[in-house]
Amino acid sequence: MIYPIPSGTRDVLPDETREVRAITDTLRGVFEGSAYGEVYTPALEYETVLARGDMAEAQPAYRVFDETGAALVLRSDMTVPIARVVATRYPTAEPPLRFCYFAHCYRGVRPQRGQPRELLQAGIELIGAPAPQGTAEALSVLCRALDATGLKDYRVGLGDASLYPALMAAIGISEELRPGLLEALARRDFVELGERLAAAGLSGEDAELLLSLPQRRGGAEVLAGANAQVQEAVMGMRRVRDLLEPAVAERIIFDLGLTRSIGYYTGAVFEVYDPALGAPIGGGGRYDDLLGRFGRALPAVGFALGVDRLHIALAGEERGTGALLAQPAGAGESPA
Amino acid sequence: MSATGLTIAVPRGALFKGTVDLLAGLGMDTEELRENDRKLLFAEIGVITMRPSDVPTYVEAGAADVGITGKDVLLEQARHGSDDPAHRESGREVYELLDLGYGRCTMVLASREGPDPAVEALRRLGVMRVATKYPRIAARHLEETGRQAEIVEVKGSVELAPLTGMVEAIVDLTATGTTLKENNLVVREELVVCTARLIANPVSHKLKAGPIDELVERLRGLATAGAAA
Repeated sequence: MIYPIPSGTRDVLPDETREVRAITDTLRGVFEGSAYGEVYTPALEYETVLARGDMAEAQPAYRVFDETGAALVLRSDMTVPIARVVATRYPTAEPPLRFCYFAHCYRGVRPQRGQPRELLQAGIELIGAPAPQGTAEALSVLCRALDATGLKDYRVGLGDASLYPALMAAIGISEELRPGLLEALARRDFVELGERLAAAGLSGEDAELLLSLPQRRGGAEVLAGANAQVQEAVMGMRRVRDLLEPAVAERIIFDLGLTRSIGYYTGAVFEVYDPALGAPIGGGGRYDDLLGRFGRALPAVGFALGVDRLHIALAGEERGTGALLAQPAGAGESPA
Repeated sequence: MSATGLTIAVPRGALFKGTVDLLAGLGMDTEELRENDRKLLFAEIGVITMRPSDVPTYVEAGAADVGITGKDVLLEQARHGSDDPAHRESGREVYELLDLGYGRCTMVLASREGPDPAVEALRRLGVMRVATKYPRIAARHLEETGRQAEIVEVKGSVELAPLTGMVEAIVDLTATGTTLKENNLVVREELVVCTARLIANPVSHKLKAGPIDELVERLRGLATAGAAA
């Protein structure tokens, strides 16, 4: 007899638990050492409350009704619940406020894709610290935490969610066209982006800029070469960079096309990459409008790491294998 | 490590020749690739070969940094039925970098010549039966055009399905229309034109930005030259 569990969920047995615990203990040490106090919040929340967060991609996927008929959802991330905590439990506390969490979040999955339905996230939220100082602090804590786990080859992509909207506005793209362009960019479907620009009758320099600028990524030269229309966002990225310790700054990849699919980001956004994994290990950014929706308008920044992805990347680095590390094996060799 | 510094997923099948020609245009030694159709891994030139529908899978996982596959494959693997229309099309987590222009085909809806049996079925029975190898593309198209359909997924020659009366119409990819014509089928609607696309793994796109940008630039040059020829 087999008693199945839902796809995308796992039982974690002692060997794995020990390794995961070592990672989370290390992260917790860094977070707490940086004055981020750990919080728990309920996995179940009222749908009407979480919906204030405009979660777009991270929309809650699981709903149940309680005994009074109210709709409850399983949280899809921790940023919105912590925004609620700050507004309701710390209505008058002097900012900045610092919190960290280790929590399971719940997402819908596409079948047969190995996506987790339940994922353990580790992260911080820094409330009431505006850009650029707050952003630089979050990036520094991020790198300290990853360094402490022993992850070696990771890089942090840094972009700005306001950059492309500013570029579209500067070029005079009509309001109706903007969502479609942003959506193609979010998927990094540059073929469709080009087609949409052509269909809109844009050509020449403007179209070229809208298509090529979000493909620029790399070192400081990316910022130096950025066009006048995006100077504000680029200045913001430069100011963050100027505040970073050299060890953190050298991890940064400036990415003028970086967007995150979650709707509440307003400014700097970042993602963590490691050559041992084909997908980002985590990410975050500024959400300066979110707290206001819960009644306490404060600028904020945070990040979340997927603990399982971090674990896979650490194991991959240790073995010298993993997604982008493995070169195709020649005839006679065993594939890595 | 190959000359490009990248692992490239190359599709076997209809796109294979065009893809290998393109790689040869980059100066790669493609002789073994052309001659040995059993080998899967060509480490010296950083190429792995697979069926086109597997290319997004390998690229998404990072087993290949970049890959070439048809837009039909990418559309078929796109997510469907999301609540949020803005995210309806987001499928595999891969970046689509370049339209390579070759392998040009059209996704069509076709039925037997004469009065369209699909129209009659829809009018009298309220639903049309459609055979296809692309169930998601077919379902999406019929849904968007407000028609009820029963999608029948087949793996082999789709043209057989309407000839036997199993379905009233098919959705399939056609390059020249010859096979359709030979089976007395006529194109009723053109859904989308599909060409070969260059896709990339999101992490590779950041961590191997230099090699990928160089590859894109050179392929863009070759694709443009090919289109002009």
